[in-house]
Amino acid sequence: MEPLGGVSPDGGRPAAVAPSAPWAIELRGISKAFGPVQANRDISIRIARGSIHGIVGENGAGKSTLMSILYGFYRADAGEILIGGRPVQIPDSQAAIRAGIGMVFQHFKLVPNFTVLENVILGAEDGALLRPSLTRARAVLADLAREYDLDVDPNAVVENLSVGHQQRVEILKALFRRADILILDEPTGVLTPDEADHLFRILRGLRDQGKTIVLITHKLREIMEITDHVSVMRRGQMVATVPTPETSPEQLAELMVGRKVLLHVDKGPAAPGRTVLQVENLALTDAQGVQRLRGINLHVRAGEILGIAGVAGNGQSELLDVLGGYARATGRVTVNGVEIDLTGRTGDGRSRRAQGIAHVPEDRQVRGLILDFAAWENVGFGYHHAPEYQKNALFMDNDALRADCAAKMARFDIRPPIPALAARNFSGGNQQKIIVAREIERNPDLLLVGQPTRGVDIGAIEFIHKQIIALRDAGKAILLVSVELDEILSLSDRIAVMFDGRIMGERLPSETNERDLGLLMAGMAG
Amino acid sequence: MERMPKWADVALVPLMSLMLAFAISALVIAAIGENPWAAIRTMVTGALGSTYGWGYTLYYTTNFLFTGLAVSVAFHAGLFNIGGEGQAALGGLGVALCCLFIPWPHWSLALIAATLSGAAFGAAWAALPAWLQARRGSHIVITTIMFNFIGASLLNYLLVNVLKPQGSMDPATARFAPEVRLPGLHEVLAVAGIPFSKATPVNVTLLVGLAACVAVWALIWRTRLGYEIRAFGKSEKAAVYAGIRPVRITMVAMLISGGLAGMMAINNVMGEAERLVMNSVEGAGFIGIAVALMGRGHPFGVLLAALLFGFLYQGGAELALFTSIPRELIVVIQALVILFTGALDDLVRRPVAALFRLTRKETR
Repeated sequence: MEPLGGVSPDGGRPAAVAPSAPWAIELRGISKAFGPVQANRDISIRIARGSIHGIVGENGAGKSTLMSILYGFYRADAGEILIGGRPVQIPDSQAAIRAGIGMVFQHFKLVPNFTVLENVILGAEDGALLRPSLTRARAVLADLAREYDLDVDPNAVVENLSVGHQQRVEILKALFRRADILILDEPTGVLTPDEADHLFRILRGLRDQGKTIVLITHKLREIMEITDHVSVMRRGQMVATVPTPETSPEQLAELMVGRKVLLHVDKGPAAPGRTVLQVENLALTDAQGVQRLRGINLHVRAGEILGIAGVAGNGQSELLDVLGGYARATGRVTVNGVEIDLTGRTGDGRSRRAQGIAHVPEDRQVRGLILDFAAWENVGFGYHHAPEYQKNALFMDNDALRADCAAKMARFDIRPPIPALAARNFSGGNQQKIIVAREIERNPDLLLVGQPTRGVDIGAIEFIHKQIIALRDAGKAILLVSVELDEILSLSDRIAVMFDGRIMGERLPSETNERDLGLLMAGMAG
Repeated sequence: MERMPKWADVALVPLMSLMLAFAISALVIAAIGENPWAAIRTMVTGALGSTYGWGYTLYYTTNFLFTGLAVSVAFHAGLFNIGGEGQAALGGLGVALCCLFIPWPHWSLALIAATLSGAAFGAAWAALPAWLQARRGSHIVITTIMFNFIGASLLNYLLVNVLKPQGSMDPATARFAPEVRLPGLHEVLAVAGIPFSKATPVNVTLLVGLAACVAVWALIWRTRLGYEIRAFGKSEKAAVYAGIRPVRITMVAMLISGGLAGMMAINNVMGEAERLVMNSVEGAGFIGIAVALMGRGHPFGVLLAALLFGFLYQGGAELALFTSIPRELIVVIQALVILFTGALDDLVRRPVAALFRLTRKETR
């Protein structure tokens, strides 16, 4: 097990702890393969006790696999794990918890209709009767809340809590199980900027009390803001570990991708033409009787990108659903001057596509792809009626689909370029590229894009942004919905902010900033 | 994430489950004081040892082919059609009406018409549960089960009060005209000069069943409709995004499923009984569920599973005939096979998968 080129075997020197103190986590030569894919290759890393250690890398770089090994979900093919200087075996998550490791997943593992307290003790009850456990947990929780600024009402039902609070419950769960090491996987993906700030305060508090925090993220700004050390993974290998103050976002991005990356979007001025999408008085009330859209008016012209900013859950998803053809609404929507059906009688995903509307949906795994289908089957998804995919009146031309898939994989650099591989087995970024390739290459008049780069790695983000801008420059209209303000600000030609089912206001990117937009997003008319 | 080779997934695991089921069956037979080895020999020779045995085995296989395919098609659309029993019974009505009231000049024309008629009746019987599921969200498992009972009652009524010939004491229709008698498999094989027992009910329907296997395979993996059915079965939300209409797919998949179940009647009603009797399906609709599960929804797997259950049916009958093993034990063996190949699949799958992981690691 030789150290790899580029790896600094020394995990960086912790500031607060003496160098002789054992590392909180030490991994030696961890390797893990899934079939032919080497997800982790001879990874060695040391994480100092009482520090915040960031791990960055593109999707598919092996971060999640490494953390899953540490948490007992997978067993490494080779290598050693040392916790607090002692070698340990972690065959399952129970063993990980015993070793003092707590994990906060990107998708919370909470029972929505249980209270905070019930969720905290779930799986860690003292005995068959719940009351003693609950009483003890209540006391512990009160202590933790005081100590770490982790205030959550123990009696609140989890489904009524905001996402930020639910995350705090996850952290409390780990601390209740006496975790000394806390691993957080993309913790800010679902948080508003305010909630993220609060989380960081909590994490700093935990570190100052001696806890060790491992932060997995793809947001370089967060790495720079909060971590003490940062490790970069690329294609299953640990390529560098550096003290955060000695690096820069540009350097990290380059290490992650293996080449220079443009962190800013390169785009020329828009040349808007005729109006493609016109939305008037669009309203939608959901099955529970909640008004999700309260009279939306907007338009998108050919050759421009209209960005819709807003905190998730303020009607952006419903707007896309209606335009994409699978939610009913009232109002009037025209595309190229032709009214589209909002009642669901004649309008569906298929008729929308026929009208020149393509759609990169917000949730690629739920809507955009059939995860069990091979990549080549997904390449025709939604366009499976297209003449080029038919062999004759009876049969589909599967060979044509495979060929098209292989071509798209080459053009969009989709890895691995194996059309027969199930969509499930691609990384998030590559899954998104499959969808983007499928939708953009139909050359639509109007492209609806929801969260195009959520959970997508930097290299792919750059690529997807370029594709969207290229489509705009080809004179197409683009409606972009994103909760990432950076993305909205850098891509949009105009920005509309949604709050509570309404458009709060419109801005030009050159005449606004995050603060201004933040006020609109919070429902304060500017 | 961890995968074992495809051959292990589709062949080794089911085979090992099967062996396990047989091993436990042997224990049960030994426990009641019989000789398991003799029992197995009786089953094998009885079902596969002669063309007579093969004739019955293949006859049952044909029944299970249709019902197994029926369940498979619905399964690909994410629908669990438990109503094969009722749909096949109604298919029997369709076949009987077609054969009784139309004077056919030749069996081949009658076969085509009866196939269509049986399929139409079976499809019609699946249509209402399908519509209730698609439009009202009534769970298809519940409604198709209920429709089995309604179908059985309906046939009882029709046979006793309407279709029974005057003066007959037997709740069954009159015998079909000799023109619609389907050629037995021995007549088909005789063309090729292969001798085959004349005394068995297996008939040309077996060929229709094999054709149905090919047709279902092509439908599911080669047509746009099959693509939409599979997409809908995997993810309704994604299907809706793609412009696939759930109501349409639910209806179409269930109509095809019910139609396939209904087509079974050309085997048992037209080919074997040559009249419609009470309870003509004899549980083949339910066996179809096990066949589809064991065959993993793939027509070729369904064919193999149908053969297995055909063997169990015929071998079981022989066992009851020639040994003192009670008839009920056959049901126990069949249940064990279903249990191990269907419900307890993971019991074998996990250790096998673990074994493959181990060997793979060592070879590297």
